[in-house]
Amino acid sequence: MHSESAIRQPLILGHKTYHDITNDIVAPIENKAPRAWYVLITISSLIALYGIGCILYLIGTGVGVWGLNKTVDWAWDITNFVWWVGIGHAGTLISAVLLLFRQKWRMAVNRSAEAMTIFAVIMAFTFPVIHMGRVWMAYWFLPLPNTFGSLWVNFNSPLLWDVFAISTYFTVSLVFWYIGLIPDFATIRDKVTSPGMKRVYGLLSFGWTGNAKAWTRFEEVSLVLAGIATPLVFSVHSVVSFDFATSVIPGWHTTIFPPYFVSGAVFSGFAMVQTLLLVMRKVMKLESYITIKHIEYMNIVIIVTGSIVGVAYITELFISWYSGVEYESYAFINRATGPYWWSYWAMMTCNVISPQVFWFKKLRTNLAFTFFMSIVVNIGMWFERFVIIVTSLHRDYLPSAWNMFHPTWVDVGIFVGTIGIFFTLYLLFARFFPVLALNEIKSILKISGESYKQQAQHHHH
Amino acid sequence: MNFTFSKRARTISIALMAIGAAATVIGILGDHTDHHQRTWANLFVNGFFFFGIALGTLFFYALQNATETAWSVMVKRVYEGILGFLPIGAGVVVLCLAAGSLGLHHIWHWMDPRVTDPTNAEHYDALIAGKSAFLNLPFFWVRTIAYMATFILFARWFRKQSLALDELSGEALVKRHLLMYRRGALFLVLFAVFSSILAWDWLMSIDAHWFSTLFGWYVFSGMWVSAMVTAVVLVLYLRRKGYMPQVNNSHVHDMGKWVFAISFLWSYLWFSQFMLIWYANIPEEVTWFQSRIDHHPGLLWTMFFINFAVPMVLLMSRDAKRNPRFLIGVGAVIIVGHWLDVLQIVMPGALGHHFHGVGLLEVGMFLLFLGLLIHTVLTTLTKAPLTPVQHPYLEEAVHHSI
Repeated sequence: MHSESAIRQPLILGHKTYHDITNDIVAPIENKAPRAWYVLITISSLIALYGIGCILYLIGTGVGVWGLNKTVDWAWDITNFVWWVGIGHAGTLISAVLLLFRQKWRMAVNRSAEAMTIFAVIMAFTFPVIHMGRVWMAYWFLPLPNTFGSLWVNFNSPLLWDVFAISTYFTVSLVFWYIGLIPDFATIRDKVTSPGMKRVYGLLSFGWTGNAKAWTRFEEVSLVLAGIATPLVFSVHSVVSFDFATSVIPGWHTTIFPPYFVSGAVFSGFAMVQTLLLVMRKVMKLESYITIKHIEYMNIVIIVTGSIVGVAYITELFISWYSGVEYESYAFINRATGPYWWSYWAMMTCNVISPQVFWFKKLRTNLAFTFFMSIVVNIGMWFERFVIIVTSLHRDYLPSAWNMFHPTWVDVGIFVGTIGIFFTLYLLFARFFPVLALNEIKSILKISGESYKQQAQHHHH
Repeated sequence: MNFTFSKRARTISIALMAIGAAATVIGILGDHTDHHQRTWANLFVNGFFFFGIALGTLFFYALQNATETAWSVMVKRVYEGILGFLPIGAGVVVLCLAAGSLGLHHIWHWMDPRVTDPTNAEHYDALIAGKSAFLNLPFFWVRTIAYMATFILFARWFRKQSLALDELSGEALVKRHLLMYRRGALFLVLFAVFSSILAWDWLMSIDAHWFSTLFGWYVFSGMWVSAMVTAVVLVLYLRRKGYMPQVNNSHVHDMGKWVFAISFLWSYLWFSQFMLIWYANIPEEVTWFQSRIDHHPGLLWTMFFINFAVPMVLLMSRDAKRNPRFLIGVGAVIIVGHWLDVLQIVMPGALGHHFHGVGLLEVGMFLLFLGLLIHTVLTTLTKAPLTPVQHPYLEEAVHHSI
């Protein structure tokens, strides 16, 4: 018997039946899309097109159209890459880590968080690929024997480890997401009336029958995938941090980087989930499933991970002094007081100071405020990567080489463009895919559903 | 049902202490280092390691409250039992630090006033002098007292409230539970700051030139694993003796999972710190690992193998985590592994070339403390019912099934 304490808040509000859940979640797919959807997808796909245009211009002309220079040879490109990879952490954390921790509230948010993860990782991967200049030679970063001489990838380079780490992460996340979708596609297949849709969702559901044996296997596969995905949540951003931390550049080489990058990634990922879900629950009328309690839980994750990041910032700052190494100390003094001081303080304010307001229950359960904070955190985490990358590079060991970085319109265009592509993909997902794990949610209805909880309590007395 | 400290268990714990004490005395007679530095260093290694078990438990206890976890309510008295050792461990750590401050030994080289005196050409160390805004005795003691007072006060408060819950019901019960939830979160905030700084203060500053930003988290994860192992072994012992009949295999499985998971966390943090320092190979950083690899490779790699490979391979399967005998066996190995970890953190810096690995003194002191831990924890367990009678999550915890 499964029992849940009366003091736990319900995760499904109102009186819902299994049939209601199916209806509520399949309805947006069956019905015509609201006008807002058309407006949003038009805007985001126009931005996406502009971004693709900038990418094509970059490929046609060369990486010189970016603002990089001899001293600052990594800037917005890698900042954007790390930012997107970081955002791509929430989905797998929710689906894998929270599954292992048996957090039932994950069921309302895992599907869209996983979709977001996949789109974010695609955006991330774009940057190193286009940074190569000759993208048609992108396959060179695979360890393939080649016909051009004894040219091999450098296995000692963390950049290559990144190729492995991110492609593994992407594959596992995609499989995890898709496996979860199969029973839900089958539900849609059985529900829709148009033969065209029936056929498409029938294909997507791989002929799922929903018998007991299939469900047993489904649960086993989910657990195994969660077991594989959990170390991946850690490894991906750890390897990304190795890109910097294995070097001997002050501000980059510090041992706390791997866990602190992971924490920062979860932090930014959850902020993006909030940004997306707060809009989606409203537009798609999912307030009974994505409740204030869900939003509060995610805000708690944000304050915990944000504070871990804060402890790491202060540790770095302290140890740079404690080390007694002149270059280390200078790197951090320069961050806080040098020409890029504004980016350092933007990072500190957005990531460490402002999330502390979530200690107040009133604020962490306030939807408009949460939405505002989610944007603040996303901005802060972009600045974090900018601070790490650009301020550490722009004043190197040789003062005669000191330089500033100025982004060009192509830098800006590609970054904004990826946001457009990301939102376009997400909107398509929200229109045609079940945005909640409807079959999984049914499994907690009678334990965590509001009316069932009231009944149980009534019964108890 | 209350736990009765059986005669047999009492004899075993006292015998452990006696054997340990005898070996320690013989070991001390053979300790020819200046100021009996080896004896002091051993006292500190064990004081810190066993204090770490209690502190890791306190952290986990606060975490369970702050995350509103139900299953662990079933075994919370066992965690409270381990907390009984916290003041003793703290006392030993403070004793070692005080002796160092008084110049009775030189484990913490920076405490010697000659080191920071620029007029003393022979002993002056510019690097350490540069850190003296942080590494100076008054500030150091303010910090140490702040951590210890916080830990002990919170541990006592949690225990008091936990016992008080048993007397309450209805609204009052929920209210008191929510107070523990909030204090749990408050403790985690303080712990997040203190756990790193105490590792710099007490362990990293033994090698005062060396620094690593990850060091605090690495030390913390070691305490956490040791706490998880101790708790599960205790629960298995109590179940075997017929206590806590409501603790089922699912509870044990979950406790086993924590040992498994935190062993991975520890391995991840250890490897991150090691790999980055090894890869960059910067002279001022690499010394710490270099001295351990050059002079104590057996200790270093055995320790890493035990703490990483053993739990990974042996505790991966579901059956392993539900097999009491097996879990106790693996737990015992992991505890030794983490003791070796603390040993290799402290000794090379504290004793230099006088450190020759594990000898009679090291083993003796370990057994002495192990006996003391067992005796203290089992005594604490007799003082309250092993299973809580009232808790908002009790029902959920009883029906725990995974």
